[in-house]
Amino acid sequence: MVKQRAQRGWEWLIERAIQVAGAVAIIFVLMIFVFLLRDALPVFKATTARELLAGKDWLPTAEPPRFGFLPLVLGSLYVTIGALALAMPLGLACAAFISEVAPRWMKEVLKPGVEVLATVPSVVFGFLGLLLVGPWLADVLNLPVGLFAALGSLMLAFMAMPTIVSVSEDAIRSVPAALRENSLALGATQWQTIWRVVLPAARSGIIAGVLLGVGRAIGETMTVLMVTGNAAVIPEGLKGLLRPVRTLTATIAGEMGETVVGSPHYHALFAMGLILFLIAFLTNTIADAAIRRSGRLGR
Amino acid sequence: MRVLPRVTPRISQAIAFALLWMAALMVILPVTALLVVMFVKGRGSLSWSLVTSTEAGGLLAPIVGTTALVTLTAVIVAPVGVAAAIYLSEYARAGRLVRLIRLAIVNLAGVPSVVYGLFGLALFVMLLHFGRCLLAGACTMALLVLPLVITAAEEALRQVPRRLREASFALGATRWQTVRRVVLPNALPGIITGLILSVGRAAGETAPILFTAAFYSLTDPFPKSLFDPIEVLSYRLFVIATEVPRIEEGEKWATAAVLVALVLGLNALAVIARARLRRARRW
Amino acid sequence: MSESNTDRPIEQPEGEIKIETRGLNLFYDAFRALTDINVAIPARQITALIGPSGCGKSSFLRCLNRMNDLIDDARVEGDVLLDGGSIYEDDTDVAQLRKRVGMVFQTPNPFPMSIYDNVAYGPRLHGFGGRDSLGEVVEKSLRGAALWDEVKDNLRKSALDLSGGQQQRLSIARVLAVGPDVLLMDEPCSALDPTATFRIEELMLELMERYTIVIVTHNMYQASRVSQHTGFFLLGELIEYGSTVGIFENPKDQRTDDYVRGRFG
Ligand SMILES: Nc1ncnc2c1ncn2[C@@H]1O[C@H](COP(=O)(O)OP(=O)(O)OP(=O)(O)O)[C@@H](O)[C@H]1O
Ligand SMILES: [Mg+2]
Repeated sequence: MVKQRAQRGWEWLIERAIQVAGAVAIIFVLMIFVFLLRDALPVFKATTARELLAGKDWLPTAEPPRFGFLPLVLGSLYVTIGALALAMPLGLACAAFISEVAPRWMKEVLKPGVEVLATVPSVVFGFLGLLLVGPWLADVLNLPVGLFAALGSLMLAFMAMPTIVSVSEDAIRSVPAALRENSLALGATQWQTIWRVVLPAARSGIIAGVLLGVGRAIGETMTVLMVTGNAAVIPEGLKGLLRPVRTLTATIAGEMGETVVGSPHYHALFAMGLILFLIAFLTNTIADAAIRRSGRLGR
Repeated sequence: MRVLPRVTPRISQAIAFALLWMAALMVILPVTALLVVMFVKGRGSLSWSLVTSTEAGGLLAPIVGTTALVTLTAVIVAPVGVAAAIYLSEYARAGRLVRLIRLAIVNLAGVPSVVYGLFGLALFVMLLHFGRCLLAGACTMALLVLPLVITAAEEALRQVPRRLREASFALGATRWQTVRRVVLPNALPGIITGLILSVGRAAGETAPILFTAAFYSLTDPFPKSLFDPIEVLSYRLFVIATEVPRIEEGEKWATAAVLVALVLGLNALAVIARARLRRARRW
Repeated sequence: MSESNTDRPIEQPEGEIKIETRGLNLFYDAFRALTDINVAIPARQITALIGPSGCGKSSFLRCLNRMNDLIDDARVEGDVLLDGGSIYEDDTDVAQLRKRVGMVFQTPNPFPMSIYDNVAYGPRLHGFGGRDSLGEVVEKSLRGAALWDEVKDNLRKSALDLSGGQQQRLSIARVLAVGPDVLLMDEPCSALDPTATFRIEELMLELMERYTIVIVTHNMYQASRVSQHTGFFLLGELIEYGSTVGIFENPKDQRTDDYVRGRFG
């Protein structure tokens, strides 16, 4: 009897621990937010929200320092949008190819192949961009240096594509086979079926895949830090794609090591982290809702 | 007005499929080609002595450091991640809380890795006074891979057939007894491979350890305790590519090749193990 | 090969023949789902296929518009002639074939788009001209499928919001809009209530004037009500084929007799 009760007590303890662990994801999301906020807010002792978000100069070590995020935000946008312009159509087309067109043996090679590519570390992409692709492109395009925004976009696209392919391929595959059959039975070609029925039906899942790709691209650090040249200038027009830029992530990674803990510069970097966190939170929450919806539509 | 000849559906299909083919090639080929070039260029400098050397440029220290980091990360994340997965698969009932947990997991998986670095810096390095060290880096990495571990472990748990649980309950076992004696043993192989796959990611990440653990040292590269900073392969590659001059070019390529081989090797290991276990499963 | 067929009561119909199968065999991998089917299907009449579950009725139907092409391990031997020409030639345009040979499936599967877009889907594929005529085709097809009155005010509503019976009639309208000569119907009424079933049957009798219809049904009454010809399948073989009256009132094969009298299956 006594032993049994002791066991119950032990069991009670474990089960409570498991329940706490269940909520651990929520706890950590909140903690990350709180810690970022805690170290970001003091930046307003040194500058204003307006200057922070609209200021055109990022000169954190000048006297007096200037904390304008604008060039960095624009840098991030340039690199990310460029990456998406490449990765989205290619990734989506590749997903459609794998699930609808490729012969079966090829499917069985491509799907895991893409997933392997997704595991290549970002620092390796940075390295390849820096030593191989950048110099080569600079040569071909006749640029003064092999470090520029579009190179970041290209390397990021290589990184984001596997994610986009993988998630949208899942979405495309989960479109009920009966829809395809019905379309083909109406005399549609396979391509008409893909374009007019399968892709629209997989829409939410595809959007989710793209959003996850966006999240990955905006948050990517090492690749961008290594290949975009890191000049904190406001990029202009299409030409800006061929000039060096600096992104939010690269700024954090590149400057955190050199700041004094507790300085306005330090807090400004945390404020950038907070912005990145919020962007990621937004895209992921929307992507999650989209996936949930596609699950319901898939019936 | 003459109208252009109508593109028949058959022709447009041929064109579209050709484009899809090209797209698939463009996703796969360039990266594969880059990786091949990397291995070819690195091969010349890759030698046993490079991998085991402790001199400047030698890879022993970063290999040891990476191994220590990955192992410690696994040790930290395993209990928490598996417990969370047990909660989700065995205890939780569908409802608002579970939805919230799942949303949090998705979000945790999407937080940029450099932001994890900031968090690790603020919490482990500064607030808890670990300093920039192996332990702080492993804690940060554990957090980064936590959502992956939870997801993988939950999937493994859900693969255990319902009837096994029901049989156990029918014999009067409590929920925890059922989990402990029936569900966990059956799911363990799946959990372990999932863990290896997730933690494999930690072997390649750089940004999270940038401010929490990594350093580049020519004199004293090996950590003596959890509270020493470490050399890590990914960070070494970053440093020799961008900051340290006078490293022979071939050595850089060799370092990159070793890093990729390590990460892919870890993944391949887990994938093979998983295939084995699937085949060996008796239900 | 076809000798096994000769000792069975197969009466080929007189008059214009729309579809003819010659020594048709279908294999799923090693499994032979259809054995030596020789049958002539008359134009602008209704032919019913009956037989117990799993006997190969759907498989047979899917040979007639080459839907079996979509199944990786399905293999067809023998030939199918449409208006005297083989549909299994190497250069057959399968899309054009399926445009001529429409199919209504057992379960309705509306595309996740509006009612209008569902019906307009086929005409758009095959390159229909101006807006006006498309609207007309949609209306005519919906009327043809006895659905117009129920949906005419809601053409932009999602087709997924229709009831099961309405979805099935939408499937029929969708096929009619393509303008086929042949309609293959695989148990089209199994999801419908008696009223809707009655309307579809009426519809079939109307459509018969212009279309050749082949219908698979488990409902003996339906087969005898609407069809002129009936074929009885068992275990992948066509056991008996002939006029519906003959099959139901005076079957020549004992197994047909057992089946139509409800003594098995
Ligand atoms: N895709 C497939 N792969 C393998 N075997 C199949 C496939 N489709 C059907 N079969 C087999 O072929 C045989 C005939 O199936 P079919 O669907 O044609 O029967 P049916 O007469 O339409 O039955 P029901 O009245 O239940 O619809 C069955 O034994 C079935 O198991
Ligand atoms: Mg059937």
